[in-house]
Amino acid sequence: MRDLPILPAKDYPLIETEALRISRAGKVLLDVPFLVLGGRGPTLILGPNGAGKSLLLRCLHGLITPDMGRVWQDGMVLNAVQRGRQAMVFQTPVLLRRSVAANLDYVLRRQRLSRVDRRARIAGLLDEGGLAGKARQPARSLSGGEAQRLAILRALACEPDILFLDEPTSALDPSATQAIESLVRGAAARGTRIVMVTHDIGQARRLGHDIVLMQGGKVAEHNLAQDFFDAPETRAAKRFLSGSLVL
Amino acid sequence: MQDFSQEFRSALRLILTGDPDLWAIVLLSLHVSLMAVAIAALIGMPMGAALAVGRFPGRRVAIVLLNALMGLPPVVVGLLVYLTLSRSGPLGVLELLYTPTAMIIAQVVLVTPIISALTRQTVEVLDAEYTEQLRSLGVSRLASVPTLLWDGRVALLTALLAGFGRAIAEVGAVIIVGGNINHVTRVMTTTIALETSKGNLALALALGTILIAIAVTVTAIVSLLGMRASAESGLSHA
Repeated sequence: MRDLPILPAKDYPLIETEALRISRAGKVLLDVPFLVLGGRGPTLILGPNGAGKSLLLRCLHGLITPDMGRVWQDGMVLNAVQRGRQAMVFQTPVLLRRSVAANLDYVLRRQRLSRVDRRARIAGLLDEGGLAGKARQPARSLSGGEAQRLAILRALACEPDILFLDEPTSALDPSATQAIESLVRGAAARGTRIVMVTHDIGQARRLGHDIVLMQGGKVAEHNLAQDFFDAPETRAAKRFLSGSLVL
Repeated sequence: MQDFSQEFRSALRLILTGDPDLWAIVLLSLHVSLMAVAIAALIGMPMGAALAVGRFPGRRVAIVLLNALMGLPPVVVGLLVYLTLSRSGPLGVLELLYTPTAMIIAQVVLVTPIISALTRQTVEVLDAEYTEQLRSLGVSRLASVPTLLWDGRVALLTALLAGFGRAIAEVGAVIIVGGNINHVTRVMTTTIALETSKGNLALALALGTILIAIAVTVTAIVSLLGMRASAESGLSHA
């Protein structure tokens, strides 16, 4: 018997960028000298179109190798093992041309789970996403909202430490958006670190713990959500929140 | 007109009574062309997938060349295979000329570029859509090939059927390397050509009818598959 019970403290991954820079045809698309994403999040990345939000997300996930600089996770340069513990949901869901259940099975198979375990996991996931009745349906015949839900479930099936989401609701109506947000909230509550790009200020308010505002490839402001919305520090944030164009 | 309707009637009788000579020819045709398509698929699909997914110098040139080879004239293919297999040719010792095997080889040469080029196209389009997602899931380029082939299965089946349609209807290559020998290398197309010139229209018409039936069936299956695929892919995010 131990004297004191050790409280299980969930460690959240620490993401840091070091002098990230991407330019194409002489134009700087991304220039993030220093950004630290710690704590439990969720972190919401806000900004106008072309601000470099998606590019930053892809760098953090290791999908794009920056021209300069590095991404660190937990004090190490992002490596394959860490990348394997990340997952990403794209703006347009990329679903395999198979049934809904087979899309989930595809990632579960990669985790070398037994057939019985996979079937149980699939049933649980479909239940969570409200797709229980659609297991056998071709995934490509789902509606936009259902398709994105399935994409999120598939990402969650990887049991990632970090889940990146790139404007998952930009093409969806309010009720479909709500369903996505509740999935994201559920994942966050279970300890998945969420980093999500959006251009929807309301969504950032609803989900965000801290906000990163991007503008012209740079981080204009990184602040706790409450401070960001109540008392933005930078002019860019003030103008973005007041609805005027940030250029 | 009187004569032709007579010919039609005897053609129909040949088909319906199960004339052994006629069906032997049909079976040999199917055997040669199906074998050719199977072998061409084994060569062409991995080749097409490699061209779609791989990144190596000369890839562009290889793709253009492959597309150009889709239009190979069967007679020229027949001639080249004939030269290769003839007694003084590099593979003359195998004594394959004027055998069904020679016909299969000629059709493999004819069909492989078709299957390979269509596979490349299918896999490349799918890859463009899937590549980020698969990379995000940690699937390597090489490991993504089976996924891409399986998800392109409808289009790949269409490619196979297109190859089969080309092989079964082709006359120029098989007549040169097969020699149109009765009961040995006589297939539907070569028989039609021969019997028509001999004036034996009944047999030619009977074979023609069967050939058309096969061609129409293959085309119908191709378009049905295409329709089912587009229905499955949905309209919301096709």
